[in-house]
Amino acid sequence: MDDTIKLEYTVSGDDFTRAGEASSNLKNVLRQIGAPPDITRRVSIAMYEGEINMVIHANGGTITVLISPESIKMILKDQGPGIPDIDKAMQAGYSTAPDDIRTLGFGAGMGLPNMKKYTDDMQIETELGVGTTVTMVVNLPAAVLQ
Amino acid sequence: MTVSELIDSNEFSIINTGADTQRDISCVFCCDMLSIAMSRAPSGCAWVTVMGNINTLAVASLCDAACIILAEGVCLDPNASQKAVEKGITVLASDRPIFDTALIIHDKLK
Repeated sequence: MDDTIKLEYTVSGDDFTRAGEASSNLKNVLRQIGAPPDITRRVSIAMYEGEINMVIHANGGTITVLISPESIKMILKDQGPGIPDIDKAMQAGYSTAPDDIRTLGFGAGMGLPNMKKYTDDMQIETELGVGTTVTMVVNLPAAVLQ
Repeated sequence: MTVSELIDSNEFSIINTGADTQRDISCVFCCDMLSIAMSRAPSGCAWVTVMGNINTLAVASLCDAACIILAEGVCLDPNASQKAVEKGITVLASDRPIFDTALIIHDKLK
C-alpha cells in the first residue's frame, strides 16, 4: 500500500496578503499527523522561504508536498525568469529583490541559504526564461509517522 | 513569564489577545528583516519588531513565536490585524524604541 500523503498548493504571484498560506497549511497538517516540532519548524521555514521567493521573483507557481514515513519532500515549481547564477543566489546576503519588497521586510538575501540550512537535501533546476524547480527533502527519524 | 502575565503587566497596549496566553515566553528576540527572523527567532520568543505587516504574522506563526510586540508606536495594518485574529497570535504595542521595549520584557523574564 502506498502510504505517502500528497499535498498540492497553488501560489499566487505578487500577492503578499496570501503568501505563507501553503506553508501555514502544511504546518497544520504536520502537527495533525504528529510530526516532531523541530521537524515541523524546519519544514515550515524552508517552505515559507520558497513560497516567498515564488511570489517575489516568479509570479507564483505550484508546490507539491510528499509526506512518507521516511521524509517530507517539497517540490516548488515556477515558470519565472530562472536563476542566472545559482552560486551567487546561494550566498547569504545576496539578493535581487526590488526595493518595495525590502520595505516589507524581505530581500535580506537569506531565502535560499535558509532553505538549504533547514533541509537535509536541496536541489535547484533552473533554465533562464523557462522557470525553476526547487526540490527540498527533510528526513524523518525512524518510525516517527505511522 | 507567560504571555498572559506580560499582558497583565500593563506595560504595553493590546492589539490582539491570542489563543494561547498561558504559554511561557522563552526569551526576547529583536529583528525587523523577516528572512533573518525566520531563521533565528527561537520557538516561544517574545518578538520585538517595527515590521507591522501581514507577513510578520506569518513568520511569527511559522516560527512558533509566543507573541509579537510592536515597538516605536507601530501598528498593524488592517490585513495584518485580521490575520492576528485568524491565527490567534497575541500582538502588543509600545511607543518605546526597540531596545527599551525588549529590555522591559527581558527584566521581567529574570
